[in-house]
Amino acid sequence: MKLARFFLTGIFFGIVLTKAEAVSWYRIYEMFYFQSFHMYGIIGTALFTGIVGLQIIKKYKVKDYNGLPINIIEKERGFWRYIIGGTLFGLGWALVGCCPGPIFILLGTGTYAIAVVLIGALLGTYIYGLIKDKLPH
Amino acid sequence: MNYIFGTWHWAISGFLIGLTMLILTYFGKSFGMSSNLRTMCSMAGAGKFSDFFKLDWREQKWSLAVVLGAFVGGFIAFYFLSDGSGVNINPETIAQLQTLGIDAPNGKLMPDAIFSVATLQSPKGFAILLLGGLLIGFGTRYAGGCTSGHAISGLSNLQLPSLVAVIGFFIGGLAMAHYILPLIFKTA
Repeated sequence: MKLARFFLTGIFFGIVLTKAEAVSWYRIYEMFYFQSFHMYGIIGTALFTGIVGLQIIKKYKVKDYNGLPINIIEKERGFWRYIIGGTLFGLGWALVGCCPGPIFILLGTGTYAIAVVLIGALLGTYIYGLIKDKLPH
Repeated sequence: MNYIFGTWHWAISGFLIGLTMLILTYFGKSFGMSSNLRTMCSMAGAGKFSDFFKLDWREQKWSLAVVLGAFVGGFIAFYFLSDGSGVNINPETIAQLQTLGIDAPNGKLMPDAIFSVATLQSPKGFAILLLGGLLIGFGTRYAGGCTSGHAISGLSNLQLPSLVAVIGFFIGGLAMAHYILPLIFKTA
């Protein structure tokens, strides 16, 4: 089954984020008050791992699982979409303490109220799709 | 066994999150969670109303499989790999939350003041959750990514747009935590 490896990667990710408590509203609040190193340590170590890993992939031209060259997509240039969109997401992140990945993970932990956040997030995505041509990017 | 059932150390957690991104890169994909929200809108037929959702969601099945796995992973971690000793946040943070009427963790991941079923059934509680979701959905799509897509993948690839987005995440997050949350909860 082609999708099994992605499903297993997802399980791994869900376990790690839950055990790291990066899905916890409390940890996000604590982070925004600079009252713990925990979240900064996580993000910093993840970044360090990611930067080193991607440099190795690029330097040695590592092939992917299917033997194809790995093509790491560059982000589109721009400013307004990143700063305004980022700020709006940040407001939501600190309010309900979760980002899109943890929404699904928290449903698994039995936090049913997150379903309302998921409905809101789908609506928000939909609204963006409707009005995106009128927004600065 | 406390190192499995308690809070995982930040260095181990961070390394494993970075590894998740690298594994998906090795599979020829990219690490990003918020794009699934767009895919789900497409599946629900949003393409009829906006070209933004006219995409073949079958090509995104791999990403939906990741999300489904994350759901199962959350279930496993919570019910089989936890002993309730976690979420030991700073006592100062707990005291501060108390002044806002928000309960201490005592091993819980989420405060009842925001996520309990009783809170969910109050108009204010429901509105907070829905508003949070709207901001997350709209903001991540506008910015083209969330914590996974920008803060981890994008910054790992040294992308300037991702740095701008992460600065935005913190502008919004700091404004909410320091100025807006107190207004929402003080009178509660």
